[in-house]
Amino acid sequence: MTTQVPGDALVSLNAVNKHYGQLHVLKDINLNVRKGEVVVVIGPSGSGKSTLCRAINRLETIDDGVIKIDGKELPAEGKELAKLRADVGMVFQSFNLFAHKTILENVTLGPIKVKGVSKAEADKDAMALLERVGVGQQAPKLPAQLSGGQQQRVAIARALAMKPKVMLFDEPTSALDPEMINEVLDVMVQLAKEGMTMIVVTHEMGFARKAADRVVFMADGQIVEDATPEEFFTNPKSDRAKDFLSKLLTH
Amino acid sequence: MNTLLNNSDLFITGFRNTLILFFFSAIFALILGTIVATLRVSPVPAMRAAATLYVNVVRNTPLTLVLFFFALGYPKLGLVPIDFTTAAIIGLSLYTATYVAEAVRSGINTVPVGQAEAARAIGLPFAQTLTLVILPQAFRAVIPPMFSVFIALLKNTTVAAGFSVFEAGAIRANLSERGEPALTGLLWIALVFVILVFILSALQRKLEQKWKVAR
Repeated sequence: MTTQVPGDALVSLNAVNKHYGQLHVLKDINLNVRKGEVVVVIGPSGSGKSTLCRAINRLETIDDGVIKIDGKELPAEGKELAKLRADVGMVFQSFNLFAHKTILENVTLGPIKVKGVSKAEADKDAMALLERVGVGQQAPKLPAQLSGGQQQRVAIARALAMKPKVMLFDEPTSALDPEMINEVLDVMVQLAKEGMTMIVVTHEMGFARKAADRVVFMADGQIVEDATPEEFFTNPKSDRAKDFLSKLLTH
Repeated sequence: MNTLLNNSDLFITGFRNTLILFFFSAIFALILGTIVATLRVSPVPAMRAAATLYVNVVRNTPLTLVLFFFALGYPKLGLVPIDFTTAAIIGLSLYTATYVAEAVRSGINTVPVGQAEAARAIGLPFAQTLTLVILPQAFRAVIPPMFSVFIALLKNTTVAAGFSVFEAGAIRANLSERGEPALTGLLWIALVFVILVFILSALQRKLEQKWKVAR
């Protein structure tokens, strides 16, 4: 496992706990992600991995513990939080493109309204991003006119348009047909190669093998293993991880 | 036809005032109702409570009483004096705003929560998340009930006739004074209202087509 100096971390979680009523969804989570690192979070359903991902830009509040982005603690609800969220890109399982806006407007809304970029410049940047994820042709259309894979690539472009320090992916391919999964993963692999800091919650083991620097395995709200993909897939240490991996291989 | 033509002055003044009451009340009710609806979904409990109280108190009061208050009760408070037309516009706006608020609130509830999350995730603050992402989609979803509210408002303006505002509802009384048959007069007034509502319905259809949200 890579040893880390906390001060070096772009994203750091320290003793984070969260409950949903009786259910203890995050149990004493400690995690540091350095600049340029790609961390894949895997684990069975209900293990708290999505909650962990959403807590990092405070779409979920936590009960106690400290979450820091680039050394700065997550502010409470308000202007400060909005500003910090602009630095954290988020891609959702259900895409969540703005249904009443065109593809181009989806990508330019953040830069224009949050960063105060001129419309002409935002349009230019957005078109470049849309070309990069392979949906430049779709710019004038509405989200509903696109396939799931195309919508998710637009969602990635929308997050990138804010020039974020870190990108969070919350099961980005779980709502997609098998043949559309790859077109999204290709964009993500490319992004990882370009040095983007990424935290990816996914069930795509292929992506974890190919692009991850580290694999974090969660079960029952705890981080059970934190290892390189090589280590994790060939030589898992915990029984929980062995059990999880054996179930993947039998199908 | 003679009833209409011989008394066109009454009809024109009456319906002109009806339209004045309608347009001003509709605009104020739309603005106030939207604000109240957003307060009802705001994260601040005090705002939610205040908006809920307002909707329940005013909506549960008969319109006649609301107008009575502004036409007869308000002047006794010794505040800035207002004429009857202004009083009627204020009363109608406050009353209709409660219905607008409920329509808008149900529209807000149709917008998937992921839309707000995505807006927050790109750094939009609460106010912009509402005005740029949630409300535009909410309005599109509630065009039919919203127009029902405005059609009701158009007809509710006639209640103001009871408070010395000369509008369409007061035409009949004036016709009687001129010795015109009451039934004919009422039928003509009804016909004009039907035509006005048709115009509103046509506008509704147009907006529905223009703002069809594809999902």
